Amino acid sequence: MKKLLAASILALSAGLAGNAFAEPVKIGMITTLSGGGAGLGIDARDGFMLAVKQSGNKEIEVVTEDDAQKPELAVQIADKMVQSDKVDLMTGIIWSNLAMAVVPAVTAQDIIYLSVNAGPSALAGAGCNANYFNVAYQNDNFHEAMGEAANKDYKKTFILAPNYPAGKDSLTGFKRYYKGELAGEVYTKLGQTDYAAEIAQIRASGADSVFIFLPGGMGIAFTKQYAQSGVGLPLLGPAFSFSQDVLPAIGDAALGVKNTASWSQDLDNEANKAFVAGFKEEYGRLPSVYAAQAYDTANLILAAAAKASVKDKDAFRAALKEADFKSVRGKFSFNTNNHPIQDFYVREVVKDGDTLTNKIIGTAFTDHKDAYAGECKM
Amino acid sequence: MSLALFIEQILNGLQFGVMLFLMAAGLTLIFGVMGLINLAHGSLFMVGAFACATVAAATGSFWLGLVASLAAAAAAGAVVEILVIRRLYERNHLDQVLATFALILIFSEGTRWVFGSFPLYLDIPALLSGAVRLPGGAQYPVYRLAVIGVGIAVAIGLYLLIGKTRLGMRIRAGESDREMIAALGIDIGTLYTLVFALGAALAGLAGAMVGALQSVQVGMGEPVLILAFVVIVIGGIGSIKGALIGSILVGLTETLGRFLLPHAFALFMPPSDAATIGAALASMLIYIVMALILAFRPSGLFAANA
Repeated sequence: MKKLLAASILALSAGLAGNAFAEPVKIGMITTLSGGGAGLGIDARDGFMLAVKQSGNKEIEVVTEDDAQKPELAVQIADKMVQSDKVDLMTGIIWSNLAMAVVPAVTAQDIIYLSVNAGPSALAGAGCNANYFNVAYQNDNFHEAMGEAANKDYKKTFILAPNYPAGKDSLTGFKRYYKGELAGEVYTKLGQTDYAAEIAQIRASGADSVFIFLPGGMGIAFTKQYAQSGVGLPLLGPAFSFSQDVLPAIGDAALGVKNTASWSQDLDNEANKAFVAGFKEEYGRLPSVYAAQAYDTANLILAAAAKASVKDKDAFRAALKEADFKSVRGKFSFNTNNHPIQDFYVREVVKDGDTLTNKIIGTAFTDHKDAYAGECKM
Repeated sequence: MSLALFIEQILNGLQFGVMLFLMAAGLTLIFGVMGLINLAHGSLFMVGAFACATVAAATGSFWLGLVASLAAAAAAGAVVEILVIRRLYERNHLDQVLATFALILIFSEGTRWVFGSFPLYLDIPALLSGAVRLPGGAQYPVYRLAVIGVGIAVAIGLYLLIGKTRLGMRIRAGESDREMIAALGIDIGTLYTLVFALGAALAGLAGAMVGALQSVQVGMGEPVLILAFVVIVIGGIGSIKGALIGSILVGLTETLGRFLLPHAFALFMPPSDAATIGAALASMLIYIVMALILAFRPSGLFAANA
C-alpha cells in the first residue's frame, strides 16, 4: 500500500514537473578526444551534449573521458566509470576495436551501453546482448547501401579498403548487394597516406567507378591525390570519408562524390532542422553524421528516462527499445537485436555558398535491417 | 600489366623515396653529428605542414606557405635544441628517447590547442596541378614530378654543403671527433644548433610538400618517422649517401611490393584472398628487407664510422 502511494505521488509530481525523471541519470561517455581520430569523438560529444542542453534537464549528469583511440585505455576508463563513478549507462565509443574491448565487459556487469557509432558484426549477431543498444548502425550498413545504389549506374567497380576488421566488413557489405563485376579489390595498410600505387592500378583496371572506405585522414589523402591524378572516374563511398568533419580539409576535390548514410544535414524533418540550427549556433560549424547519431542517442536516453527509472533495468530497457523519441533521421526503430531499422540515403557532395556539404539525391534502402539479426538469440 | 603502369609505379616509388629522404637526411645528420636520437623529428614535419597550411590559407599562396614551413620548422628546431636537446648530448640514449618522446606529446597537444582537432586544408599550387603524359602513354601528376625534382635538388645541395663548404667540413669534423674540434676553437654549441635547425627545416619542407598531397593533421609525422628510422638503419647511421640510397630503396620496395605482391598471389589463389594476403605481406616487406640487409651488413649499407 505504502509503495502504491509513493508511486502515485511520484507519478503525480512527475506530471507536474513536466520532464523530471523518475531517478537522476548518470552517463559515462568514453570517446576519442585526442590523436588523429579526435575529430570524430569531439563531434559525437558535442552532438550528445547539445541534446542534453536543449532538454534543459538538470537531472542528467555526463562524465566524459578521452580514450585516445587506445583499447587498453578505454577498458581502464570503463572499469573506473563502473566502479568508482557508479554510472547507470555508458556510451560514446567511436571505433569498433575499442567497442569490442569495452562493450561485452560492461554489459556483463548489467550496465546498459548505447553505441553512438561503432557497430561490429560480432555484437549484432550471436554476440548480441539485452544491455547493448546500437543507435547508429551495424558496420556493414552504409557499405551495403552503396552497393545497392551502385547497381543503378555502374557495372565494373574498383573497391578499396584498409586491411583491418572494419575494412573487410566494408567490402563484404558492399559485395553483398552489388551485382556488377569487380575491376579490382585492394586492401591497403591501415593509416596509409600515400595512394599513388593504388591510383595507378585503378587507372589501368578499366573500371567505370571506384568505391572506397577510408575513414579520417586516409580518406582526405586519397581523395586529394585521386583528384590530382586525372583518373576522373566517379568516386563512391560510405559517408565516413565525406562527412562534415573531413570535407573542409579535402576541399573541392570532393565535389560530386556520392556517399551513403542514414542521415544528412538537409534531411527534411523538424527534429533535424532544430538539431542542425542548434549545432551551428552552439559550435559554429555544421554537424557530421557522428554528431547526429550521438544527438539521437542522447534524446533516446532522455525519452526513456522520462518513462522509467534507470534503476529498474527491465523497465528501462523496455523504454529504450520503444525508441519513442524524435529522431533526426526521421524514422527510427529497433530490430530484435537492438540495432536500428532505418532508411539509407545516397548523398552527393555539393558546394553551398562557400561551404562543402552533402545533399540527399536518392534513397538506397527503406526500413533496412542488418544481416546478422537472425543469429541473435535474445 | 602494361609498361605505362609499371613506369608510373616506379615513379611513385621514387617520389615516395625522395620524400623519405628529406626526413631521413635530417635525422641521420643529427644522429651522426651529435649522437642524438631525435624522436621529435616527426613533430617538426608536422610543424612544417601546419605552417604551410596556415600561411597558404591566409595569403592564398602555396609558395609563401612553403617559405613559412622552412622558417617555422627551422625556428622550432633551433628553439628545441637550445631549450631541451642541448642538455641531452652527454646523456645516454634512453634519456634522449624519453625526452624527445615527451616533445612529441608537447608538440601534438600544443598544435591541437592552437589549431583544433579537425584536419586543415592545403592544396597544391595551380602551377603544379594536373597531370602530364609520359613516354609510353602513362599519365603522371605534375606535383609528384616536382617533389622528385625538389628531392634531387636537396640531395645535390646537401652533398655540396657537406663535401665542399667550410660548414660541411666542420660538420664532418664534429662527426669524427667532438672534443678535438672544440679544442681547435670552433663553437660547437652554435654548430650543433645550426645542424639541428637544418635537419628541422628539411623535415618541415617535407611536411609542407606532403601536406598538400595528404591531410594536415595532428600526429601526421609519426608514421613517416618510423619509415625514416628504417631508412637510416638500412643506409647506415650518419651517412647522407646511405640515407639517399636507403630511402629510394624503401620507397621502391614499399610501392612495388604493394602493387606486385597481390598480383603474384593471384596467380595461384582466389583474388579476394590474394588481395588480403598480398596486402599483409606487402606491409611487412620493408622490414624483411631491413632484416636481410642488417644480416649481411650489420651497420647498414654505408656506415659513416665503419
